Amino acid sequence: MDAYTSSELISIFAMQGFSGISLFSVLLLMALGLAIIFGQMGVINMAHGEFMTVGAYTTYFMATLTETYLPSFMPYYFVFAIIMAFIVAGILGYLVEFAFIRHLYKRPLDTLLATWGLSLIMQQSFRSLFGAREVSPTLPEWLLGSYQPTETIYIPINGMFVLGLTTVITIGTYYLMFKSRWGLRVRATTQNRAMSGAVGINTKKVDRYTFALGCGIAGIAGAAFTTIASTGPTTGTLYIVDTFMVVVFGGAMSLFGTIASAFSIAQTQSILEFFISGSMAKVYTLFALVLILMFKPEGLFASKVRR
Amino acid sequence: MSFVYDKIMGGKKGLTGLIILATLILIIFPLLLDSFRLNLVGKYLTYAFAAVSLVLLWGHGGILSLGQGIFFGLGGYAMAMFLKLEASSPENTTIQSTPGIPDFMDWNQLTELPWFWEPFSSLTFTVLAVLIIPAAFAYIIGSAMFKRRVGGVYFAIITQVIAVILTVLIVGQQGVTGGINGITDLRTLHGWDITSDSAKTILYFINCGLLLTVILASRFILTSKFGRILLAVRDKEDRVRFSGYDVANFKIFIFCFAAMISAIGGAMFTLQVGFMSPSFVGIVPSIEMVIFAAVGGRMSLIGAVYGTLLINFGKTAFSESFPEMWLFLVGGLFIAVVMLFPNGLAGLWNDHGHHITKKFAFIAKIFSKSAPQIFEKKVEDAR
Repeated sequence: MDAYTSSELISIFAMQGFSGISLFSVLLLMALGLAIIFGQMGVINMAHGEFMTVGAYTTYFMATLTETYLPSFMPYYFVFAIIMAFIVAGILGYLVEFAFIRHLYKRPLDTLLATWGLSLIMQQSFRSLFGAREVSPTLPEWLLGSYQPTETIYIPINGMFVLGLTTVITIGTYYLMFKSRWGLRVRATTQNRAMSGAVGINTKKVDRYTFALGCGIAGIAGAAFTTIASTGPTTGTLYIVDTFMVVVFGGAMSLFGTIASAFSIAQTQSILEFFISGSMAKVYTLFALVLILMFKPEGLFASKVRR
Repeated sequence: MSFVYDKIMGGKKGLTGLIILATLILIIFPLLLDSFRLNLVGKYLTYAFAAVSLVLLWGHGGILSLGQGIFFGLGGYAMAMFLKLEASSPENTTIQSTPGIPDFMDWNQLTELPWFWEPFSSLTFTVLAVLIIPAAFAYIIGSAMFKRRVGGVYFAIITQVIAVILTVLIVGQQGVTGGINGITDLRTLHGWDITSDSAKTILYFINCGLLLTVILASRFILTSKFGRILLAVRDKEDRVRFSGYDVANFKIFIFCFAAMISAIGGAMFTLQVGFMSPSFVGIVPSIEMVIFAAVGGRMSLIGAVYGTLLINFGKTAFSESFPEMWLFLVGGLFIAVVMLFPNGLAGLWNDHGHHITKKFAFIAKIFSKSAPQIFEKKVEDAR
């Protein structure tokens, strides 16, 4: 620690903090989708990382398409790519729910196995379709470069864009889940499926759209992911455990908890990474999480619900 | 005698299954397979230890651990550390800048053996470590989780995270663990060359013997009163708690026992395959072990062994000829097992097996019918 002056330390914290914010954004987007699927529906979706990868590959596909046929459209394609990523991942999620998740609501541990099987199939599909090599889309010019508030601090623009996107999606999800009629139906179904059915909520439809929404948000996470790293067939698996930790640590029923836990996990890891090796940073972060969860198994901000 | 017959062998049905399994792995495989394939089967059978442990834990206890790879790895690494220390005696490692320490430590500029490697130069300590360290680790995890009534999904996720931590730690601390390559080049056990064909055959039989013993011990646990309570905990935990049992202790015990079994498998893996690496510790191997148990039948100890063998034979066969198809197939199998036959192969056999046994019943009938006739005829002839 003595080797750094205090102004250097501040710069390090600021820059690592911002690189942590990119990680935070992707983790939060992933975790939002998972919090809806796992927290609200109780389904352990091990293929969630693969839905993120679907979003990332969709973005890559859109970029390649635009580059070949409509080069003048390049500065704007990214917005459409995000929407497409949401739609493609969402439709896939809808189909998956229809095909087998709906039969497994009473057996949560079995959804874990079935979706793990699904994730294997999806990974191999990515490999067959896009090749085993990692790909990254050509990003529009305005996403590249960095903003420099002082001499020693560089803040990448893509990180800020992803943060903005995450904010919008988070607020949108909040309104959808807690302020709209539809969110009310979702929460009612989670709390008491039989009663919700009795008062006229089509619970099967609610389940299907909730699952699709969760997967769609994972797709957006994938689109955001392409701006900070390249995508390979197994990218999703790298994030799935971290994402689960975010959701569990935050308390499965709480949106605010999810945000707070994504932020603390991403920042701890990113700032530690500067001082010790990346792998040890991950070990310490996860180890601290496990320890905290041993003492506080319900997570940071658990709403008082009987399980 | 009837105690042994009912409680350990599992009655007529259990005994038949056990004898068929023992015949298959002790007589048929060694006769039919060359030594390379036999060694491969031996490797698969070490995974079966973990699958059997999951039958106890998941099938009968309702506790899904996605971290059996942790214990498999701990057992395997303990054995590997012992073998590595023997392989890196000062005479064998004279070319190193520090002779007498494992080669990967020398490559990573370590000049002295880390303290936790020291006791592994003793075989007695190593064997005890294989049995006790994983169980003790499981006790810590188990008592922290189950005493606080963390279970189900949360337990699965947390064991998975611990598996990730351990893998990252092993890969990251290359100097003391061998990193991503693991601990390799293991040749001798107290001077006995474990890479020779005859040693591999002997180890195969030791492995089979241990597996059968583990199955017997597990069956003893499951048929005892403990096993009944475990099943009750799985189905209605609250009722068992209200009846005055300390549910957490039952779960902790079975978790520790399962950890110990998996660790034995890991140690046998190291002995038969000759190396240990982090790719047998993390999430993917841990979940694969769950598939083995699921395909074999999560309630059946013997089914778990068949499940392990089937999946691994399939994996080897497919990755030799169509590597791309394998992930599709195993993914599909996963979904199919969960959706269509949740009790796996053993469940299928229990539901439909009597059709097959009926077809072969005529053989038994011929014997039972003709035998008295022949006998009577002889008696008549004698008159």
